[in-house]
Amino acid sequence: MTEQSSTEHLIEEMFDEAEFVRAGDLVTGEGRLDGYTVSIIGTADRAYIGADVALAMARCVLDIMHDKPARPILIIVDNSGHRLGRWDELMGNNGCIAHLTKCLYAARQRGHRVIGLVNELAVSAGFMALGMSTDACYALPAAEVRVMALGAMARVTKIPLDRLTELCATSPVLGPSVENFMRVGALAGVWSGDLAGHLRAELSKLTKPNDDRRQLGHERGGRMAALDVARRVRAGAEA
Amino acid sequence: MIPPRHSYLEASARSRLAGILDAGTFREYCGPKARQTSPHLPGLGMPVAFDDGIVVGEGRIDSRQVLIAAQEGGFMGGAIGEVHGAKLAGLIERALDIRPAAVVLLLDSGGVRLQEANAGLIAMGEIQRAIFDARTAGIALIAAIGGRNGCYGGTSIVARSCDVIVASEEGRLSISGPEVIEEVDGIEEFDARDRALVWRTMGAKHRRLIGEIDTLVRDDMTAFRDAIANHIGDSRSMDLDALEAEHARLADRLLRFRDVGDARDVWARLGVNDPDRVSDIETNEFNALVDTLEGEGR
Repeated sequence: MTEQSSTEHLIEEMFDEAEFVRAGDLVTGEGRLDGYTVSIIGTADRAYIGADVALAMARCVLDIMHDKPARPILIIVDNSGHRLGRWDELMGNNGCIAHLTKCLYAARQRGHRVIGLVNELAVSAGFMALGMSTDACYALPAAEVRVMALGAMARVTKIPLDRLTELCATSPVLGPSVENFMRVGALAGVWSGDLAGHLRAELSKLTKPNDDRRQLGHERGGRMAALDVARRVRAGAEA
Repeated sequence: MIPPRHSYLEASARSRLAGILDAGTFREYCGPKARQTSPHLPGLGMPVAFDDGIVVGEGRIDSRQVLIAAQEGGFMGGAIGEVHGAKLAGLIERALDIRPAAVVLLLDSGGVRLQEANAGLIAMGEIQRAIFDARTAGIALIAAIGGRNGCYGGTSIVARSCDVIVASEEGRLSISGPEVIEEVDGIEEFDARDRALVWRTMGAKHRRLIGEIDTLVRDDMTAFRDAIANHIGDSRSMDLDALEAEHARLADRLLRFRDVGDARDVWARLGVNDPDRVSDIETNEFNALVDTLEGEGR
């Protein structure tokens, strides 16, 4: 028997009872906690989101919409971003990822509560498609969220790595880390300790929250311009 | 007399707006006089732009009211940072308030602006959500691609979240840039300097042939304008049936081409008799070819 991934371990730890299957990088199933039954869609081992993975996840979301109306969905996020390669580009992976996000959006519109939890890693398009498309996304304390690893970022931006590391300490918009993604409002919070308790609290929220990420980013001091700029443009202001 | 051809590719964001909209109808929101520059670039010793590389506002196309955005590819490759992203998201959110005939996005972007990466990434998600909100309200989202930077990274996901994509054959639409694929996969897998390879993998003709793009036009301002005007009102449903139809189309593509390594093999399997010629043929001939093929196309 192969060793269990941290995603599978996390599911077992969080729920009273859970049934799930792993197929490739995909982990799907359902868990029960107190009176709640939750559909689970996750990836394991820092998966790369290829066109096939994106479609397999979309299929799960569609099936849940058909078969389990209004049931909450927990997305366990663990990915290294989109898969790089000629075949995925030929197939239009951007379209497949957009389709996955569209399915998650539709699920929320149809009354499914969609909760994200970053387990180990979430990178760039993998966070955009799976973290940003939730009602609220949380992270484990040891998780990492990033657009690009610092070394690669230093090469592309031509900012020396030392300097970049220094800048990241003071600028929440620049570098990787759960703390920075908290400050810009992309993560609602960190789940540590009693995971079942955190999930129960989230499930017990009655109202479907609006997307408050921009507000959160402003309150937390990580994204000070976006709220005002978007508001002025929305109002049609010339200045 | 045939008027001189006005290249969309070579035009700036502002001249694209002038070329697409009815003359004198553009009103800009939060324009250069507002001096809303990036708060992050000065700390990195980098220059700013008074519009942060995007022009947003309202205007008319064939007298119909539209909201419109144009990314300036000449500033940081059209990449999306905090202010740029907030302008785009705010514009699309405004559609819910004023209900225009369409929202038109003239995209020319490499994706997230790395110098303010986290703010850019979260903006991508907010833009995408705003698009879905507007579409759910029945407002058509039209993306146009034909600039120097193509449409890459998160912006490529934004484009495919719209109802309709119009592109010129110079347009490129893909998630990863060629250099990034080469760096990760090696030059044998992808040679970023092989322009023909880049073009046939990511270029608009391939995207049109597999049904990722709705209309292919020549690199001409009037051609873009006419194609966009023709798509105003072309809303696509996002209900469960529509999502299932889209899913079936994408799943069929992946199955049909799962063993394919080159776009020419995809085209041959789609029924193109002479795949090697696809790169060379003119837009009209190409569009006639697309019409003769069956199956694909949304």
